[in-house]
Amino acid sequence: MTDLIELSATAAGAAVRDGQVSADELFEAYRARANGDQLNAFTWVAPEAPAGPDPRGAPLGGVPLAVKDLFCTKGVPSQAGSRILENYRPPYTATVVEQLATAGAPLLGKTNQDEFAMGSSNENSAYGPVLNPWDRGRVPGGSSGGSAAAVAAGLAPWAIGTDTGGSIRQPAALCGIVGMKPTYGACSRYGMIAFASSLDQAGPLTRNVSDAALLLRHMIGKDPCDSTSVAFPGEIAVPSADDLRGIRLGVPEELTGDGGGVEPGVRERFEATLALAERLGATVEPCRLPHAPHALSAYYLIAPAEASANLARFDGVRYGLRVDGEADLVKMYTETRAAGFGPEVKRRIMLGTYALSSGYYDAYYGTAQKVRTKIAEDFRQAFDSFDFVVTPTSPWTAFELGAKTDDPLAMYLNDFCTVPMPLAGIPAISIPCGLSAGLPVGFQLAGPAFSESRMLDAAYALEQAIGFDGGQARR
Amino acid sequence: MSATLTQAYEPVIGLEIHVQLGTATKMFCGCAPSFADEPNSHTCPICLGLPGSLPVLNARAVHFGLMIGLALDCEIAPRSLFHRKNYFYPDLPKGYQISQYDVPLCRGGRLGDVRIHRVHLEEDAAKLNHLGESGRIHGSDRSWVDFNRGGTPLVEIVTEPDISSPEQAREWLTLLRATLKQLGVSDVNMAEGSLRCDANVSVRPAGSHELGTKTELKNMNSFRFLERGVRAEIERQVGLLQGGQSVIQETLHFDPASGQLTPLRSKEEAHDYRYLPEPDLVPLVASEAMVAQARAELPELPTERATRLERELALPGERARELAFRTELADYFEAALAAAGAAADAIALANWIPQLVERIGSDADPGASKVSPEAFASLVGLAASKAISRDAAREVLTRLVADGGDPQTIVEAENLGAVSDGLAEFVQQAIAADPEAAEKVRAGNMKAIGPLVGYVMRETKGRADGGEVTRLIREQVQAAKT
Amino acid sequence: MLDRSQVLHVARLARLELSEEEVERMAGELSKVLDHIEKIRELDLEGVPATSHVVDVVNVLRPDKPRPSLPVEVALGAAPEPVQGGFGVPSPGAA
Ligand SMILES: [Mg+2]
Ligand SMILES: [Zn+2]
Repeated sequence: MTDLIELSATAAGAAVRDGQVSADELFEAYRARANGDQLNAFTWVAPEAPAGPDPRGAPLGGVPLAVKDLFCTKGVPSQAGSRILENYRPPYTATVVEQLATAGAPLLGKTNQDEFAMGSSNENSAYGPVLNPWDRGRVPGGSSGGSAAAVAAGLAPWAIGTDTGGSIRQPAALCGIVGMKPTYGACSRYGMIAFASSLDQAGPLTRNVSDAALLLRHMIGKDPCDSTSVAFPGEIAVPSADDLRGIRLGVPEELTGDGGGVEPGVRERFEATLALAERLGATVEPCRLPHAPHALSAYYLIAPAEASANLARFDGVRYGLRVDGEADLVKMYTETRAAGFGPEVKRRIMLGTYALSSGYYDAYYGTAQKVRTKIAEDFRQAFDSFDFVVTPTSPWTAFELGAKTDDPLAMYLNDFCTVPMPLAGIPAISIPCGLSAGLPVGFQLAGPAFSESRMLDAAYALEQAIGFDGGQARR
Repeated sequence: MSATLTQAYEPVIGLEIHVQLGTATKMFCGCAPSFADEPNSHTCPICLGLPGSLPVLNARAVHFGLMIGLALDCEIAPRSLFHRKNYFYPDLPKGYQISQYDVPLCRGGRLGDVRIHRVHLEEDAAKLNHLGESGRIHGSDRSWVDFNRGGTPLVEIVTEPDISSPEQAREWLTLLRATLKQLGVSDVNMAEGSLRCDANVSVRPAGSHELGTKTELKNMNSFRFLERGVRAEIERQVGLLQGGQSVIQETLHFDPASGQLTPLRSKEEAHDYRYLPEPDLVPLVASEAMVAQARAELPELPTERATRLERELALPGERARELAFRTELADYFEAALAAAGAAADAIALANWIPQLVERIGSDADPGASKVSPEAFASLVGLAASKAISRDAAREVLTRLVADGGDPQTIVEAENLGAVSDGLAEFVQQAIAADPEAAEKVRAGNMKAIGPLVGYVMRETKGRADGGEVTRLIREQVQAAKT
Repeated sequence: MLDRSQVLHVARLARLELSEEEVERMAGELSKVLDHIEKIRELDLEGVPATSHVVDVVNVLRPDKPRPSLPVEVALGAAPEPVQGGFGVPSPGAA
């Protein structure tokens, strides 16, 4: 069994397609692992393999998929980590999950997350925190912490999550796996419970870059149900580069300097990776993103503002929790939402409502949208002279459970290096670049819109050279 | 409220009209809008506001919006946006209404003598039903929501405050309704709510130029209620000002039964809708092609029709507008005109329409009455050719409205044909019965002829032609002289 | 800086019941976050257009073709208070 678990998703799929492994055997092996979950990574595990296409003919070869609970799955609990959606079973399935099932990745289970994807530690889940497989006293990152931990611990061969300000890349970094946020619009948002609609994107969390490419290939595509989805130019290629010759990497002072509060251990791994990149033939030079330091502020206005509207539908009328306030409508609303939402969600609803309230719109939301314009311009200029902008994914490695729960602002600073990209709508990937004091460190590449294939290729070359071994987290 | 007091002030009235578009599907999902069917049998994840669902704009709703904008002479925005209007109410599944805010589809424009401020697209709310015998919101403590109507495409039309009387408000809304009906974009049924009208009302000292504090009157669901509601509000405001009090800005509900205006419970106490650009929808760019297609589908509009009836048929302007501004009247009139064929007397037909309307009810559609345009045309023909007297024609029309049928047959059956034979004998009898009157007539006092004509009319049960009777009387009194 | 009354006003708009203790904490935490955020108001953004969409796509329109709706029992499947085939709520007119 163990060797089956040790196969990458790509390898496992290939083994199923040429009949060396049966899809049922593969699914059962992972179902057993998921049921034995000691990290609280799963909120629901499939009782049996769902009906699907013949895996031997399917491009994804029947390799089971862990899905973040933020995605709606027909008849299966989809709770978004919130009390207000406890036991909610949607009547439909998210487009991305549908596409992957059709391509031969059956639903293995739903993974734990920060409530409505609001958090960077997975401590904001109504269903309890997820533990980091590298050190169970530490957080896996968030908000896609369940997906990241499940893949890192070998409870699932691969998973999907969502990224609004870093929710795929940061937990991937903290758990020592690969996580990618695609270009905004590349993947349909239909059926993905909305946090901040103009930022949210679905993406893969995988053991290696090749698995990420394979999964992403079947996630992209224009969806008639999502007005903001676009037809992806070309296909996602299988990464194969073995060097970085001719690749120009830009290192933004604003994100890698002291402003970001990057830990020494993380900085050390980051710089070692830059040196490695140069040895692979890349040029590495400083670049400027003048408005990047303001990205966090813009993000913490735009995301809560959109969230305050997106979460208004949780009102106890049509689904989810209802607390009936002595037959008074307003009390029914306020008490239902008070009981259904956790502290961080309430905090962001308050922040967003305030930022939109009359008299403040221009000062806050309006200003943030202008900063957003400047940040996108900064990146465009950087990409005139660089192929990719690189940073540490997170300024820190996995921190201890409870270490930052009392200081929202400190928690927000965690997203310092990951929020500028979603604000600009551009893709970014995090790959493991080694350990610091026994904990994984993530290396982030960001590129122009729709540069995913080139980005995966570069990440692949680096990955091979780094030779990171995540095996210990699976034992 | 004495007339003079009211005259010391002039009303300033603007209207906000919501029109449900006659599309096959809702504004943002593929459900068919429904009003009669089983509750919640026309819903989906989108119009129920389920988590994860997203809106996609209905192309035909945009097309209808453009047709309305063009018909109202508006400027079409090259690029318009949708916003979220945030407030909590059970009939609003997402906690916000998707509507156009700072960049509407159409701006400016005019219909008749009223300028249009803006025309924009939005989605309708669902239906909130109230338990308890009254079925009304007050007194009920439980309600339930039916989302069949939720998400129906709406066009909101906002006028400039160019209306200065309740009558004008009613007449203008009649014209707007006819225009929308002609466009075929809505069934514009006020009773069923597919055409809903709110009014902004303020008054100011006659001749003054700054506006007074306005109040908003909600959902006056018939032309008559609009007129009565606005009149009542004008009188209320004038009364307040006369009494040295001031008008406070508020939203009022007009109860047609009691004629009372009661303040409406507001949906969001702190009227703060926290508008934000709808991130789930992309901008709407009205391309030349889209506008050209909308323009190509514009039919003849009531204002144009009135001009044509006036120019081509020589109808008096007042009469032409009276017909054209009520599509169903003009349609009926033109059908009757066609039925009458070569012999058609357009003016006579037009002049008889009010008689028909008076009999079927002022808001009724003559096309739906028992009187076929053919029957109506032949009746008017009989009257015009004096084959039957005017009184007889009125009576036949009353019968046609009641039972339908063919005028000629009714005339024969009821023997209502004009009396011409034997008329001379009736005249002789009249003169014999009232010699003095005859003498006065002979002496040239034509006023005295009245009783004589009256006598003949009584004897012929009104079936004689008045002109002919007068001629015979004068002839006979002159003859008697010699 | 957010004071108590502002917190209560915003909570009212957001339909959130806050305990006394939550009001206090919220005022402190939000003020701290806003202090950090305030910095962007010092930027010179004169004439900079606002970005509300990062994809430059326009006119995504759907043909006016009906699609099947949900069966009533599915639509009402998760309703906390099904009433007469509808979604029951305390009447806005009550109390
Ligand atoms: Mg409106
Ligand atoms: Zn629907």
